[in-house]
Amino acid sequence: MFRLSIAAALLATAAPALAETHVVTPGDGAQERLQEALIMAQPGDEIVLEAGRYAMSDGLSLDVEGVTVRGAGMDGTVLDFTGQQGAGEGLLVTSDNVTLRDFALENPKGDGVKSKGADNIVYHRIRVTWTRGPHPENGAYGIYPVESTGILVDGVKVTGASDAGIYVGQSDRITVRNSIAEANVAGIEIENSRNALVAHNVATRNTGGILVFDLPSLPVMGGGNVIIENNLVVANDTPNFAPPGNIVAGVRRGTGIMVMANEKVLIENNILSGNPTAPVMVIAYVQPYDDARYNPLPREVVVGPNSYDGGGYDPQLDGAEMLLAAFGGELPPVLWDGLGSLAAVEGTAGWSLNLTEAGKGLGAAQPGPLAVTAPASAFDRSGIGAPAALEAQLGG
Amino acid sequence: MKSATALLAAASLALAGSVAARADFFQPVAAVGAVNDDAVVQGMPRLLSQFGFFTDGAGQAPAARVTPYRLNTPLYSDGAEKLRFVYVPEGKRMEANGDGLIDFPVGTALIKTFAFGEGRERRLIETRVLLHRESGWVALPYVWNAEQTDAALAIAGARMSVVTPAGEAISYRVPNKNQCKECHGLDDAVIPIGPKARNLSGEWLAANLGEVPAGAERLVVWEKRGASGAEAVARAYLDVNCAHCHRPGATASNSGLDLRWEQDDPHALGVMKRPVAAGRGAGGLLFDVVPGDPDQSILLHRMLSNDPGVAMPELGKSSIDREGTEAVRRWIEEMPK
Repeated sequence: MFRLSIAAALLATAAPALAETHVVTPGDGAQERLQEALIMAQPGDEIVLEAGRYAMSDGLSLDVEGVTVRGAGMDGTVLDFTGQQGAGEGLLVTSDNVTLRDFALENPKGDGVKSKGADNIVYHRIRVTWTRGPHPENGAYGIYPVESTGILVDGVKVTGASDAGIYVGQSDRITVRNSIAEANVAGIEIENSRNALVAHNVATRNTGGILVFDLPSLPVMGGGNVIIENNLVVANDTPNFAPPGNIVAGVRRGTGIMVMANEKVLIENNILSGNPTAPVMVIAYVQPYDDARYNPLPREVVVGPNSYDGGGYDPQLDGAEMLLAAFGGELPPVLWDGLGSLAAVEGTAGWSLNLTEAGKGLGAAQPGPLAVTAPASAFDRSGIGAPAALEAQLGG
Repeated sequence: MKSATALLAAASLALAGSVAARADFFQPVAAVGAVNDDAVVQGMPRLLSQFGFFTDGAGQAPAARVTPYRLNTPLYSDGAEKLRFVYVPEGKRMEANGDGLIDFPVGTALIKTFAFGEGRERRLIETRVLLHRESGWVALPYVWNAEQTDAALAIAGARMSVVTPAGEAISYRVPNKNQCKECHGLDDAVIPIGPKARNLSGEWLAANLGEVPAGAERLVVWEKRGASGAEAVARAYLDVNCAHCHRPGATASNSGLDLRWEQDDPHALGVMKRPVAAGRGAGGLLFDVVPGDPDQSILLHRMLSNDPGVAMPELGKSSIDREGTEAVRRWIEEMPK
């Protein structure tokens, strides 16, 4: 109680000078020593993970507000979960205002870092790697914030996730930037979330580069207000290795940027090269659902200027040969299923399936050139992205 | 040893020392045979004996006002024998809250000891305590020493080798303090899970609460489950083993799966529900529960796995519950297609 009231006073006066630093080193008992530091930390404390490899036997968890966990660099401090025996993720964070920076997790059995209900979280220069490369038995998500408000993912790198490398779900006020997603099924996925900015990332060698999904029957639905800009989305040509049954198992190899359902999504100033099914794909939710609250259509999606180096030259689509023949050997870069509403800047080459009903398969498709209007007004950027305060939390 | 390690070790010793010293200062040793109320409401006692819950720890003989109870359908914990007790301070009382969780007054302690082996071979492994304080519930894990004379606080948890009653050698996991909250967390608070009126006997409720609320003892008595239908047995099992996470406001809320006893929407219970973030846990299957087809149901698939990242529940067990999985299999088999 005594310590608790001190902590409360600290928060009230915001006097960080009294925050303590706890240093953890690799070696014998690292599991217990690190976990104990995560539990005994007081709000505002910093836990420093000295350089080296830490052999982990169980998942770690942090439930103290305002703690920073800092390693010696994403190649210097490595938490090795190859021998993990329990828990569903490498590190679970359930408290607010946490900063995770400059360390790596290798081969977690489930997800890499999951933060749930953890508002105002910063992930900075965190690496999550499944070292054997793409494999269906790798963990699902590398960086996995969910049900949170205020998320800044900056400079992370995820390789080998059997679902999404960087996955943000059921959250609000999000920035994912300066990060690398390589050789995952989905590179970066924003799902059932609002006000997300995805910018200046590299998505390469994934099955699909950047996905923006809204799915039915979840506690949080109604995804939208998403900006995908200034990303390098290159050579996403890894065959889908997701375990069947996952929503991303349906992502076609060679998808660059994909929007499924959602409202108000802007895709502009990206470089899209070597995405052989579709550099940009905008479609309705494809499966049957029973949820009156859910809207399966993509609405007010805007394709701005992007740099397309070729389009769908080797599409993983039914009737690909006929389609290629019809479009002269290569599909135009933007694929729309014709449902909901899409606008594109003048000169955007694309094609439409011209469907008239969601969730009824492609049987009624009548493929033809894309015919949409230009955006009527500037995209409303207000409120999109992580709160500015997270920049300060990132600090030095 | 690197200097930083030494420093940390020294620091944690100092910390443990200060906690213990403070605990000793504020918590004068209680009268023999009485619970130390101060230890329940403040501090983090380093040793289980400081609470005074038992007159004989190894024999698990409870002190005055420490009352044993059992649950009709228990949580599976690798087949461990579980000894449950509730302590309510003098002058306070528990009250019923429909068929749900009993209302426990501040000052209450729920105590659960995990043991393996029978008779003279019985070894106490750990004792978990849930303490109801002014600030809310606090969960602490204590690990028994080899001599079985006392148990020490193990906030970072532990692993140890045990052989289950089924004869399986496993690495048994004592959860760390945070992991307690993964199961006991609801809407950011820590709460008890087990002692709901629907899972307690009417006799016990009458004796200890002075009333038998409507809906008491609704869940089957597990060893007598043969007398009940497949649905009643499986739903009781899911409520007790899964629903503390798989419900709104709890750890697995984002899955959209709600396995509480009171939930009656088949889709929320997983029937023809697609997984959200199951990843490889889905095992190539499409739906949580496929009526009539247990082998196509992700729910059962994950219960039958021991692989972290697939296995459900994620915490609290290291082996597969044969009885529980059979109960769920029968329920899905008999479900109309």
